[in-house]
Amino acid sequence: MPDAAVATSATGLANLPKAFQVYGPEALKTALKKMHLIRRFEEGAEEQYMRGLIHGTMHLSIGQEASAVGICMPLGDADYITSTHRGHGHCIAKGADPKNMFAEFFGKETGYCRGRGGSMHIADVEKGNLGANGIVGGGLPIAVGAALAIKQQGRKDVAISFFGDGASNEGSFHESLNMAAIWKLPVVFVCENNKYGMSTSTERSMAVPNVADRAVAYNIPGVIVDGNRFSEVASAALDAIERARAGLGPTLIECKTYRTRGHSRSDRNRYRTKEEIEAWKAKDPIQQFEAELTEHGLITAEEIAAIRAAAEAEIAAAVEFAIASPAPNAADLVRDVYTV
Amino acid sequence: MDAMIRELSFAEALREAMGHALETDPRVFLMGEDIGVYGGAFQVTGDLVHRFGEARVIDAPIAELGQAGVAVGAALAGQRPVLEFQFSDFAALAMEQIANQAAKIRFMYGGKCSVPVVMRMPCGSGTGAAAQHSQSMEAWFAHVPGLKVVEPSTPADAKGLFLAALDDPDPVMFFEHKLLYKTKGHVPTEAYRIPLGKAEIKRKGSQLTIVASAIMVLKALEAAEELAKDGYDVEVVDLRTLRPLDTETIIASVKKTSRLMCVYEGAKTLGIGAEIAAMIAESEAFDYLDAPIRRLGGAECPLPYNPDLERAAVPQVPDIVAAARDMLSKRV
Repeated sequence: MPDAAVATSATGLANLPKAFQVYGPEALKTALKKMHLIRRFEEGAEEQYMRGLIHGTMHLSIGQEASAVGICMPLGDADYITSTHRGHGHCIAKGADPKNMFAEFFGKETGYCRGRGGSMHIADVEKGNLGANGIVGGGLPIAVGAALAIKQQGRKDVAISFFGDGASNEGSFHESLNMAAIWKLPVVFVCENNKYGMSTSTERSMAVPNVADRAVAYNIPGVIVDGNRFSEVASAALDAIERARAGLGPTLIECKTYRTRGHSRSDRNRYRTKEEIEAWKAKDPIQQFEAELTEHGLITAEEIAAIRAAAEAEIAAAVEFAIASPAPNAADLVRDVYTV
Repeated sequence: MDAMIRELSFAEALREAMGHALETDPRVFLMGEDIGVYGGAFQVTGDLVHRFGEARVIDAPIAELGQAGVAVGAALAGQRPVLEFQFSDFAALAMEQIANQAAKIRFMYGGKCSVPVVMRMPCGSGTGAAAQHSQSMEAWFAHVPGLKVVEPSTPADAKGLFLAALDDPDPVMFFEHKLLYKTKGHVPTEAYRIPLGKAEIKRKGSQLTIVASAIMVLKALEAAEELAKDGYDVEVVDLRTLRPLDTETIIASVKKTSRLMCVYEGAKTLGIGAEIAAMIAESEAFDYLDAPIRRLGGAECPLPYNPDLERAAVPQVPDIVAAARDMLSKRV
């Protein structure tokens, strides 16, 4: 609620989306910066991969930046998230430093996981990020467990579990929602429905049209938002997190969104059309957010340009840091298997 | 250890250990199916829900994968969960969270956190519960780097190893053979710990080392008494922990006796006996062997229902005696 009053100049407070009213211009500019950082991080990762500096594979979330940032805005370090294989956005939104993320991508000792995890396992437990996950649906019960711990410890924090539409077909999704609901745990389930589990569309893999419809089975609210609209995601997040902190239990938020890149580096996009991809690119969440902020008089064109430039500079520096960082020593291979 | 020595059953010793942990550490909670007013399928948790309440002795829905994940998440968030699988067989449903998450998180995250959970695994045959309720799957879990695997044989060991497992910062699979639950033994009242990774020589001998764990220790000891009547002097090493494996104690024993037999209830092929035999073959104890190493493991089939078939599927005392006689009669 810091500087909402400033935000009334162009359109008046009442016309602003809830999240805009709550956050005010400065926090919203920070949110935009994070969305640009995520976009540039992933474009940068793609570039370094093409140059042969990054091995393995990667799952880019380009086109999904609004859900990551919109959901994580009200969170502090004591709140938890669990993330997915497409987790760079969640990680940056939760406060990770792109320097150490890039270093992890490069497999360096300065990476979040000292080069042992790579893109799919970036975690920062001290900051409440319980980790990206290579297993679809793997993070769901872990978030429920974190929420159980929060309740047992008498804290007011929350746990967020990001997952994709594909994960909602896994048993872990159903077991997790059921347990969270019966125990009224402070957890928010956030489905980023990007329409495809790898190549299989939700039309072919789900018996209901919406993931949020499944909330009915667990007697919890199921909320559908335009996942490419920051204001909608952020407003739903505020409601769900408030509900969780108040002890009223979990919410399922479904963000309808799209990844414009393929599932991973091996994807040849045989399962969708160019037209479909272009149509979604026209709904780019960053452009929409910038337009909305501009329309409400919350940001100027110069400020947007400055934010973009700052994000680009930060990512360029992160890549340099990663390249210059030391590689792990093979003699330390089995160092962190057990606590010593 | 203390002046007051009492007899407790294996189940009571475990309950006492859990009660002590719940009393002294607010981070500890128990979770599982029917562990509350029902007292646990094998009455191990007993009355703990009445002493500590439903918030700390949690009856969970039947959702093994979910429960295991909840335990992992709670551990990452600072708690000390104890998860009871009703039967260890059901841990197959939770293998994802055990093998992909709990075991790997510490390593995958660069050693910056750990996952202190204890998963209690009632295992083993002998109850007529047939193939999906009778397995001994210790080797499954012992094969996964990141997991520790404990398997006590006596009530006193159960208590001490459980408290040590709970202190351990890493995930521990705690196997409890179901036929041991009612066995009795002296259990000190204090809250003592038995370090993980240390075997114990349960019977000293000079001619043959039998390595075993859980109920096979009892069977090996019985066999050793039988063999003693013929003048054979058998040493019984109780592993107590399968991973980390106390190779030192086994090697020292084999160097002393020159003969090694591994007895275990899990399927013989690729089991814990194979690991111990190979470890000895790679060690300096190999040169001391006076007979080929012998493995007595479970039959290569799922556990059958018929009681005679069930007995035939796992090593019994007469099998151990016969195999030992065979080894010992071939004097070098």
